[in-house]
Amino acid sequence: MQKKLILDSDLLTVTIHRLCQELIENHGDFESTVLLGLQPRGIFLAEWIKTKLTSIRKKEIPLGYLDATFHRDDFRRRDIPAKASETRVPFLIEGKKVVLIDDVLYTGRTVRAALDAMIAFGRPEKVELLVLIDRKRTRELPISADYVGKYVNTLDSQRVLVELDADRKHNTIWLINKE
Amino acid sequence: MPRLSQPHLLGIKNITRDDIELIFETADNFKEVINRPIKKVPSLRDVTIANVFFENSTRTRLSFELAQKRLSADVINFTASTSSVKKGETLLDTVNNILAMKVDMIVMRHASAGAPHFLSRHIKANIINAGDGTHEHPTQALLDAYSIREKLKTVKGKKVAIIGDILHSRVALSNIFALKKLGAEVLVCGPPTLMPKYISHLGVKVEWDLHKALAWCDVANVLRIQLERQQLKYFPSLREYSLYYGITKKTLDKLKKDIVLMHPGPINRGVELSSDAADSHHSIILDQVQNGVAIRMAVMYLLAGAQS
Repeated sequence: MQKKLILDSDLLTVTIHRLCQELIENHGDFESTVLLGLQPRGIFLAEWIKTKLTSIRKKEIPLGYLDATFHRDDFRRRDIPAKASETRVPFLIEGKKVVLIDDVLYTGRTVRAALDAMIAFGRPEKVELLVLIDRKRTRELPISADYVGKYVNTLDSQRVLVELDADRKHNTIWLINKE
Repeated sequence: MPRLSQPHLLGIKNITRDDIELIFETADNFKEVINRPIKKVPSLRDVTIANVFFENSTRTRLSFELAQKRLSADVINFTASTSSVKKGETLLDTVNNILAMKVDMIVMRHASAGAPHFLSRHIKANIINAGDGTHEHPTQALLDAYSIREKLKTVKGKKVAIIGDILHSRVALSNIFALKKLGAEVLVCGPPTLMPKYISHLGVKVEWDLHKALAWCDVANVLRIQLERQQLKYFPSLREYSLYYGITKKTLDKLKKDIVLMHPGPINRGVELSSDAADSHHSIILDQVQNGVAIRMAVMYLLAGAQS
């Protein structure tokens, strides 16, 4: 298995910092903004961004977890049903600005399902998408991200592996060639 | 792998402990769904489910129907009393006619034990047993065990007493299978005439004295006296039954501990449970009803999703 490093720990910290600054540019004091991390892997990134924003803005910024499993369009088209994770949205999103956060943007189908799932909690004023890695020219739906950590050229046979550490010291992002 | 070992849910006897755990974990997610402002997900929108009830039912059928609607499935209802069964059609013909209309899943209740098992050998659709005679009622047992897990954090090692008419109860049999698979200790308690002869072979304790049973258990699952199944006289009178086996607030207060009180419904108030006991803080009867919807959503989601 061939592995290629896309982002190392130091660069990743810089990237996260830039993404936070971009969010602050557009959302100011986060008066009516909420963050929604997409299960299962977007929540670690969302936690990181929330912690960072909280320390910069000196205020608590609401963060929820959203699982889109029951809204996926490939149910009954795969052998086994996808396993759901926890959804926790402890606030109303009616009239709020929502930032959806995920680690990798690939076909766009998860994001479509997430938009669908999100509507069950109200009608937001505006929805934005933040991703760490945007795989270029792989979209199957007209979806694009508003905030991107890094654009990467990939093949369908490749996989992006995001390894985020609990203490955020040893984070790496790899591009892997499948066998 | 998140997949059930069976294409049908015929009984708890046929499924594994892993299956039960998977259903519980999926039900956790659906429980969150049914508490959302919009309680509906589109998962089963191209799935058609027939609820085929050859025997009366209110809450099981309502619970299934609600679960199906929350999953966006298309639902058709079939009741034996208003159908061609009265004209002499066989079970297999009835079901094949329904399937010819492109139905993907059958939820069936039937008065004969083994009816869903028979059907599963002859048709392709997924079958869920919603009660077959005095045999099994798997979704009820799943929601009972799930409610215990929710209230007491785990089922393993808990002591559960099943009290009442064990002989006629499909709920009792399914509960015994489910609880044993999850590692609980089970005791059955009731009058000797309502106790099946070889019940202890299933690995359960048998107790005749209600007060001893209550003193032993963490959870008491009280069954309904099934008046419709009692052509013979199994006990002299309802009054006598309730004197010996009825649970009241006073009986509960005499215990030196808090037990959890469950009932699959419908309650005969004043017979197996007095009103003050049924409405006390011990009771999780209404939680059972809510969990029933989540459990049935989980079962149908997992069965429908497993076919490619």
